[in-house]
Amino acid sequence: MTDDLRDLYQDLILDHGKRPRNFRAIDNANHHALGHNPLCGDKIDLFVAVDEAGIIQDVAFQGSGCAISVASASMMTEMLKGKTEAEAAKLFDYLHHSCTGKPADETGLDEDAVDRIKALAGVRDYPIRVKCATLAWHTLQSALKSKAKVSTE
Amino acid sequence: MNESASPVCYAAEGEMFACAAPTRFAVDQYRKDFPILAQSINGHPLAYLDNGASAQKPRMVIEAMTRFMENDYANIHRGVYQLSQKATDKYEAVRGIVRRFINAEYEDEIVFTHGATESINLVAQTWGRKFLNSGDEIIITALEHHANIVPWQMLREQIGIVLKIAPITPQGEVRVEDIKALITPRTKLIGFAHVSNVLGTILPVADICAIARASNIVTLVDGCQGICHLPVDVRALGCDFYVFSGHKLYGPNGIGILYGRRDILASMPPYQGGGDMIESVTFEKTTYKEAPHRFEAGTPPITETIGLGAAIEYVSTIGMARIARHEDEILVYASEKLSAIDGLKIIGTAPHKSGIVSFTMKDAHPHDIGTILDKCGVAIRAGHHCAQPLMEHLGLAATARASFGLYTMREDIDALVVGLEKVREIFG
Repeated sequence: MTDDLRDLYQDLILDHGKRPRNFRAIDNANHHALGHNPLCGDKIDLFVAVDEAGIIQDVAFQGSGCAISVASASMMTEMLKGKTEAEAAKLFDYLHHSCTGKPADETGLDEDAVDRIKALAGVRDYPIRVKCATLAWHTLQSALKSKAKVSTE
Repeated sequence: MNESASPVCYAAEGEMFACAAPTRFAVDQYRKDFPILAQSINGHPLAYLDNGASAQKPRMVIEAMTRFMENDYANIHRGVYQLSQKATDKYEAVRGIVRRFINAEYEDEIVFTHGATESINLVAQTWGRKFLNSGDEIIITALEHHANIVPWQMLREQIGIVLKIAPITPQGEVRVEDIKALITPRTKLIGFAHVSNVLGTILPVADICAIARASNIVTLVDGCQGICHLPVDVRALGCDFYVFSGHKLYGPNGIGILYGRRDILASMPPYQGGGDMIESVTFEKTTYKEAPHRFEAGTPPITETIGLGAAIEYVSTIGMARIARHEDEILVYASEKLSAIDGLKIIGTAPHKSGIVSFTMKDAHPHDIGTILDKCGVAIRAGHHCAQPLMEHLGLAATARASFGLYTMREDIDALVVGLEKVREIFG
């Protein structure tokens, strides 16, 4: 594989793309949203369970998409457990900046999460694919805004 | 045309494909006519296999447009000065070029639009709104491009027509009997693609038009993927409307064609109002020009029309029948090569196909395929191809699609195969 492609399709991405974690529904989710990228047909059905203290207890997803979008969703579900909504928002900012080649400040962020996001940042050289990497996170934003158990955006 | 171009073999009227053509299809010669093909992408020679989305432009088209802007450009149908007359003559001459190319009977059956999408919207909004009533039925097929679905849905919202969908077979064919089964006394129009932009299926256009005509049903053929791959004779096909875009036929974008049978065009009200489509205007009453001018409001894409004329002359010089044969050979070669790839599935296996092969791969999403192929210099389309209902019918979110042109050579297919092996290496 060329180095360029290796930069995009790192082992971590390929692994999560093939074997997505938390690929399920959550029965008692109190936030839910459907994310859709009409350009390529990627779809994500996202479930979030947030407790009364505002801590994300569980995140899971279902759907279909390219390796980048599935891996991004899978890694997102892993890195959000135990985080507050504010911490999730900071991670999204960091991911967005990393994937669009802007200066990204990692101070105060979970190191493990930062490593995972860095693995995704290879999309910065593929502008059309940035949406693949951010779809799950945009869906998270609408899910957290929604209060109903099931929302179709 | 430049010195390296194909041997000139001007086809007189009615002999478009009958010229004494060299037996070998000189693809390497024709490729020299397309400056863009000479480049490298990511260190590999460009293998441009997205002709279904848009075709590249031969130097003859580029030069004709440049020459026109440098020497002949002015607004048309307006000026009393010589330059405007020259521009008008050259512009109107393209109507004749298009007429000959599709063997229409009269030049005034050729309406210039901005593209096939506008052509279909024009028919829906003029013919449709004038002649259809609530409860009237339009039949389209399950494999249509959004451009031949949405304009009819908009008409449905406006006047309450009924839209019926003719099914396709598992191979991706449209069967005449399936369309026939949907016809009722309320059926007013059948709209369908000449060639499917996803599956490559060639539809039985003449047979569908024949059953439609027998029931006084109007036919509209979306010829976007037909005009660039096959010789088209609208009178032999027997259709009432035939639409296509210039940019898929090696011409510029921004120019499209609506062919309409003379008596039908004459019965249709104007589309957009504005300059150049009127006979006289007072604040009390405006009268309109005859077809085709009544459908061409405002300053049209003049230079693009000149470019389309040049594109048609270019492909006519080579001969559409020869282009079709060449692309058939490429299709057979590509189908064989792709079928041999483990985990690859060709989507659309109709016996009559043209110029297009869609496929999926086990474990690799079409978008990932597209990105990896791009790294190998191969340009293909990945996605739903503006045919979401068809994709849903196939149970697929997306496919990868390689589509061919007159300059496609076996080496392009070999580069595609090398790229797909790389996809397997990464995702296998």
